[in-house]
Formats: sequence, C-alpha cells, structure tokens
Amino acid sequence: MGMLNVLVAVSLAYVLFLFVVAFLADHAAARGHAKWLQSPLIYTLSLSIYCTAWTFYGAVGYAARSGLEYLTIYLGPSIVMIGWWWGLRKLVRIGRSQRVTSIADLISSRFGKSNSLAVVVTVIAVVGTTPYIALQLQSVTLALEAFAGEARTSAGHNATALWLAAGLALFTVLFGTRNLDANERHDGVVMAIAVEAVVKLLALVAVGLFVVWGIAGGVGPVMEMISQSEIAVWQVSSGRWAGLMFLSAAALLTLPRMFQVLVVENEDERHLATASWAFPAYLMAMSLFVVPIAVVGLELMPAGANPDLFVLTLPLSQGQDALAMLSFLGGFSSATSMVIVAAIALSTMVSNHIVMPIWLSSQGASAMVAGDVRHVVLLSRRLSIMGVLALGYFYFHATGGGEALAAIGLISFAGVAQTLPALLGGIFWRGATRVGALAGLVTGFVIWGYTMFMPSFGPDVFFTQDVLDHGPLGLVWLRPQALFGISGLDPMIHALVWSMSLNALFFVVASLVSFPTPLERLQGAQFVNVFDHSARPGVWSRGAAEAEDLLVMAQRILGPADAQALFRSEAASQGITGYLPQISPEFLQRLEREMAGSVGAATAHAMIGQIMGRASVTVEDLMAVADETAQIMEYSNQLEAKSAELVHTTRQLRAANEKLTQISHQKDAFLSQISHELRTPMTSIRAFSEILRDGGTLELKAQEKYAGIIHDEAIRLTRLLDDLLDLSVLENGQVSLNMRGGTIASVLDQAMAAAGAENNPMRIRRSGAREDVRLFSDLDRLAQVFINLISNAQKYCDAKSPVLTISVREVEGQLVVDFTDNGSGIPKASQEVIFEKFSRVGSDQAAGGAGLGLAICREIMLRLGGQIAYLPGQGGASFRVTLPDALEMAAQ
Amino acid sequence: MRKADHPLFLERESYRRRRLMDAARVAPVITAFLFCFPLLWVGREDVPTTFAIIYLFSVWLVLVVGAYFLSRRLRDMPGRTDRTRR
Repeated sequence: MGMLNVLVAVSLAYVLFLFVVAFLADHAAARGHAKWLQSPLIYTLSLSIYCTAWTFYGAVGYAARSGLEYLTIYLGPSIVMIGWWWGLRKLVRIGRSQRVTSIADLISSRFGKSNSLAVVVTVIAVVGTTPYIALQLQSVTLALEAFAGEARTSAGHNATALWLAAGLALFTVLFGTRNLDANERHDGVVMAIAVEAVVKLLALVAVGLFVVWGIAGGVGPVMEMISQSEIAVWQVSSGRWAGLMFLSAAALLTLPRMFQVLVVENEDERHLATASWAFPAYLMAMSLFVVPIAVVGLELMPAGANPDLFVLTLPLSQGQDALAMLSFLGGFSSATSMVIVAAIALSTMVSNHIVMPIWLSSQGASAMVAGDVRHVVLLSRRLSIMGVLALGYFYFHATGGGEALAAIGLISFAGVAQTLPALLGGIFWRGATRVGALAGLVTGFVIWGYTMFMPSFGPDVFFTQDVLDHGPLGLVWLRPQALFGISGLDPMIHALVWSMSLNALFFVVASLVSFPTPLERLQGAQFVNVFDHSARPGVWSRGAAEAEDLLVMAQRILGPADAQALFRSEAASQGITGYLPQISPEFLQRLEREMAGSVGAATAHAMIGQIMGRASVTVEDLMAVADETAQIMEYSNQLEAKSAELVHTTRQLRAANEKLTQISHQKDAFLSQISHELRTPMTSIRAFSEILRDGGTLELKAQEKYAGIIHDEAIRLTRLLDDLLDLSVLENGQVSLNMRGGTIASVLDQAMAAAGAENNPMRIRRSGAREDVRLFSDLDRLAQVFINLISNAQKYCDAKSPVLTISVREVEGQLVVDFTDNGSGIPKASQEVIFEKFSRVGSDQAAGGAGLGLAICREIMLRLGGQIAYLPGQGGASFRVTLPDALEMAAQ
Repeated sequence: MRKADHPLFLERESYRRRRLMDAARVAPVITAFLFCFPLLWVGREDVPTTFAIIYLFSVWLVLVVGAYFLSRRLRDMPGRTDRTRR
C-alpha cells in the first residue's frame, strides 16, 4: 500500500510537471519566444499520440496472443508517412489554406460547407472515439491495480477512473480552450504531449533493455527464447495482415486526434518532411521490444497473468520498482496525451457543428446583435470536453473494462475509418458530391455499428445469442457477423470488408448520379487543385452590411483586440485610416476564414450570411447574373439588328426616293417630249393637210407625196398610241396569253426576221444547238421581247461594226437568254430606270421610240413568269432574259 | 565554359527535382509491397518468428533511412534553385 502511495505522489508530481511545461510553453508562445516550440521535432513527437496506452500495454498482450500481427498497427501508418508527398502534403495544405478546425470541418467544407455532413462525421467520431477513451481510463486503472498488488473492489476501480477522467477534463479545459481559435496551435498542450512522447518512448525502451539484457541476458538468448515460445512460428492470417495494415493506415488519417495534430496543429508544411521519416522511426522504436517483453513475460510470469500488463508487472516481479514506476508513467503519458488531444478534437467538432448551430438558430437574428459570442463558444467547447470525457467514463463503467485492450482499439479504428472514402474522394476527386459523401458515411457507419460495434458488447446487450447465430427475425443472411451468408470470416475482417466496400460503393455511385450545388463545385475545385491556386472560397458580394456591423460581430468571435487589428490592417492595406475598411469581397473572405478558425467553416459562413442579409454570391447567383447579361446582350443584339435593318430600310427608301425623283424628272421630260413627239407629226399632218386643202393647183405627184407624209405621220401616232395601250393592258393584268409549244431557236428566228436583221449592218451571233430547247409559253409575246431587244441593239449600238451576241445557257438551274452588243453600253445612272415607262437613255431621239419598249418587255416577262434585267459589265449593253420555269413540261 | 554549362546545369537540376518527386510518389508503393511480402509465408510452418522480426525491422530501418534522405531533399524544394549538384 505504501508503494501505491508513492506511485500516486509521483503521478501527481508528474502531472504538476506537465502543467508547468504547458503553462511555460503557452507563456513563451504568447511572448513570441516560441521558435523552438514550432520545430519539426516537436511536431513529430506530437504525432506520437498515435501510440496510446493501447500500444504501451496492449501491444505486448497482442504479441503474446497473436505473434507479430501487432506490427501491422505500426506498419500501416509508416506507409502513409513515407508516402507523405502523395497524400498528407495535400491534406495539410488544404487544412492550412481553408483554416480547417477538424476532420468534420474539412469534409463539411469540401462538400459545400454542409452542416449535416459535419454532424454525421462528428457523430461517427464521437461514437468511434468514446470506447477508445474508455480504453485509456481502463488501462491506467488496471496499471494502478497491478501496483496495488491485488484486485480491488469495483467501487474503487470506478473511483480511480472517475478521478482520472475529471483530472484530464480539467487539464484539457485549462490548456485546450485557452484561446478560442482552434486553428491556432495549442502550444502548451502540444509541448506537454511532446514531453509525454519522450517519456513513454524512454519508459518502453528502458523496460525493453532491462528485459533483453537484464533478464534474458542479451540478444542471442532472447532470440532463442522467442524460438522456444508459443509464438515461435510465423502464423498470421493473410486477410488480417493486409486488412489491419489498411485499417491502421486509414486510422492515421481519419482519427480525430491524429487529424488534430497532423493537420490542425501543423505550423509549417516542411515539418511534414521531417515527420515522414522520424515518425516511422519512432513507431519502430516503440514496437522493437514488444516481442521480447511478451516472450519473457510468458516465460517468467505465472500462468493466467494478464499479458496486457507485462510491461508493468515484469519489472515489478523482478523487484525493479523504479523501472516499474517509469513504466507506469509511460503508460500514464500514453493514456493522458491521447485523451487530451481527442477531447480537444471532439469538443471542437461537437461545439462547432452541433452546439453552435443549435444555439445560433435558437437565438435567431438577435445572435448577431447582442451578447458576446466568444464566451458561448468557449463555454460550449468546455462543456463538450467534459461531455466527451463523461461519455468515455460511462462507457468504461458500463462495460466494466473486461475485454482485451486490442479489440476495443480495432473497433474504434474501423469506426473512424468510415470517413476515409469521403476524405480521400473529397481531396482527389472533383466529382465527389455531398449526397455521395452522406450516403457513403451513413452506409459505412450503419454496417460498422451492426457488424462490429454492437456485437462487440457480447450477447444480450444489443443482440441476443439467437440473433447472432440465426440473424434478426430468423433472416439468416442478416447475421451480424456473417452478412449475406458469407460466414467463416474473421469477424474484424468481415466487418471491415463490408463496411468499407459498401461505404466506398455508395459514395461513388451516389456521387455519380447526383448533381453538386455550385458551392460544392467551387470548394471541390479548390480542394482538389489546392496546389494550383490559392484558396478563394465562396465570394461575398458587397452587400447591405456595414463595416461596423461586421466589426461588432468579429469582435465577439475573435476578441476585440484581434478583430480591431484585423480590420485596421485591412483598412491600412486599402489606404484608409481608422478601423473600418471598404467591404470588399476579398475582405469578407478573409474575415470568414479568420472566423472559421474559431467556429468552423459552416458556422462562419452562416454568421456572415446572417449579417450580410444572405448576400453571399453563390454560383447560382452568378449564373442568374450571367443569364441576365446574356438576355441584355441578346436584347442589344436585337436592337442592333433592328437598327441595322432601319439603316437598310432608310437606304432603300432613299434609293427609292431618288428613283422617284428621277422618274418624276423623266416624266416631266417625257411629257414635254411626248407633246413634242405628238406635235411633230400633228404639225406636219396639219401643215400638209392645209396645203392640200388650200392649194388646189398642186401637181398630182406633190399631192401624193403630201398625202403619203400625212399617212406616215398618222401611222407613227397610231403606233405610239398602240404602245401606250399595250403597256396599260399589260400593267392592269388584262392580257390573255396564247400559250403554245415551240423551240427558242424558232422564236429567235421569228424575232430576227421581224426586226429586219437581214438588212441591218449589225451582225448577230447565236449559240446554235443550245437554242434547241423546247418551251411552252406565249411565244408571240416572247418574240415581242426579243424583237424589242434586237431592235434596241440595232438602234443604240454605237460600235463601228456592231455585233449582237445572243447566247442561250443555263444559269443556276434556269434557262437564260443574254443579248449582248459591243457598244458603249448603258451608263450606270441610267441602268436603274431603263425599264421604267417613258425612260430613254440620254436625250437620244434618233430612234424615234417613245421609251416604252423595255417597260413593255418587263411587263411581258412578268406575265410569263420570267424576268428581264440589265446585265452590267459585259463590255456593252447586255440584257438577260430569264425564261419561265417548266420548260421541259412543254415538251410533253 | 561557364556560359556553356549554365543552361544545361539548370535543366539538369529541375529534371532531378522531378525525378525526386517521382521517387517520393513511388516510396509508399515500395513500402506497402515490402510490408506485404510476409503474406507469401502464410500457410508455411517453417518460417520462424525471429526471421520475420529481422526481416520486418531491417526493411523498416532501410525505409526510414531512405525516407530521411528523400525528405531532406524534398523539404526545401520550392524556391531553392541555386544549389549545385554534380
């Protein structure tokens, strides 16, 4: 009993020493003398919380029972650490750039700052870690009992654990919640953990050295003893070897306490480089003496002694009390450091993702206006720490601490490993969605609970023996330890394979079929491509919030001094004096990230959202804006098109106007001309008829001559009037067509004959056989058009040896007849009006026409369904007659 | 001489750096392979535990030493371009 008192005194002194170390470290950090506190060595040592009392006591027991299998628990993390460049580096970079506070925060932040996801991860972490905390309490209690030398009453048993839990809660609250910013290093805690890491390594190595050289007598004899022992031969199941290695590797990444020290407490990415070799080395040293201790323990200790306590009972049995005390302190260190960090990590999660959201929603909008949020956050975190430790104690109390330590550890590992698919998928696969993560996590968690966690309590706690043997409701395929009828597997491997594979499957499938929200896609891109660009999460718009409101809120979260410093530095960087900077999106992002360090990404986002009147710019908003822009652009395009159309129309109107003016001028000119035209024959008719009337003495020959003149002039008048009548008939559509079949050649022959081409000096070239096309039309009218064109050429062609080329050919599927002469052509100004009535080129009256010929031609072609146009640029005047369609039909 | 060497030298440096990153990526695969090697002994009755211990801890030690040299070079990777190397 005296021994126990000394032990308690030493333990208390040790705890006091840790308090002092933590206090001094915090103090040094606060004064900025913390350079050496942030060395890679401290970082590596802080990672050693991976080795808990489970390692310290349990590994020897594990080795005594199952040989070398215990090594997998340390080989797995070694693989992950040596592969730091591949995965951990990215995780740490993301953690630092996003100011991640916990693994729940990381997963929630990656999948669109979803709080429901954070809650699920938190629940998994709490359920998975509680047994582990119970395990630590149990191991310290067992160790104390081993010292006491006799099994104590269960009341004393529980009292020890309760005192231990209370003491740890006090330490964690004191040093774990000194500063609110969970993203800041807990320098005191980390330093204390580093010291404990050294103590536990020293203790285990010391016991190992004592066992090898003090008891066994050197390396050779120990090897001999191993070969003689129960575990002399390699006998490891391949499934368990690979499965446990995978499980421990996953646990290194997903255990909340490991995430806390690896990612959250990381000060410098380069520390990871050191830890990549130093931490495997530490693990190697921790596991080096496990087998010798186990073998020697099995040899020396009485049968039935708990192998889990060989580390302690071996020195005790040899009378090495000081070594035993060191060994106890080592185990105590392992247990306490794990519990402290786990409590900090869990309390951060519980507080940020469960307590704070509930508190905020219960306060409503007034949360932003009144009261200091900081004390609420701190209080909730402290209560969470106490709650976590209380849970651990109750678990310990409920189970009575009977099982082998290793079993609880593996169950805990498998529980938290359920976050692995969401974690890795989140940082390596942009297609991972919130729905997928949720589906995978819930599936894995449920299967883990059903196949591993609940059966671990043994029959008649959750399941009766009947359910374990025959499945619930007699459904054999639902037996908890032989799902889907696959029996005979190791229960641990069975649970691991089913939970992880279905977890990953549901995660991937649900991700593939669901569609992420804009924020998820933004965050996904930032997480997966974290090395490509600096972090710029969800953009805040310059909303209704005043800088002052933000300052009021920030002061409550960050504390007045920090918040004012932040605002002032931002204002200074914007070139403004005072405390109120312009509220730029960059500033809001920075503020949100600062606040996320205190209350988590989801809560910080929500709080700023509340102040900003939900003015956060989501990609949806951006897309809406883009839509609007697109609409405006379309509208402006339409306007532009309309305005172009207007310009076009105006141009046409102007052209039409010009044409009208021109026509009007021509009409005036023509009226005077036609008056002249009509008057000329009328004048001669009148003059000659007067001569005939008055001068009876005229010779007969003269009389005939005068009468002939009168006759000719009358014919000219008649022709003019005929033309006018013809045109008016055509224009009014009163013409009746005389449709019949014939070839173009015959029509052209007819036209040439009528135009008197035989006696004209103009040579006419024709296209020969190509004219042999049959058509069905009013051939007389068509001939009239051709006659007009030929006689026009005869009249107006001013070449010395005039030639008219009549070519028949097909252009764009239509038959055309071109009449091209070699004269000087028609001036551009006149081309537009030649088909108008009364138009004549220039003032040439030599031809004696009235300027109605082409107008008549146009009307005829219109009636026939074809057209006539002037063809510029042919070297002379050129007219193209496009013949009506359905020429071939005529041939039938 | 120096002028001619300089560009070649830089190229070689960045080339080396890339191969180092490759080595860092391959490292966990090699580690996992070596740690899984004992799976080949499953079912055999003649592999003594002492042999397994010596194998595993030797591999472990070699990997730690390898990781040490690798990490020393990778740690200062960004920003360090002036270091010469034969």
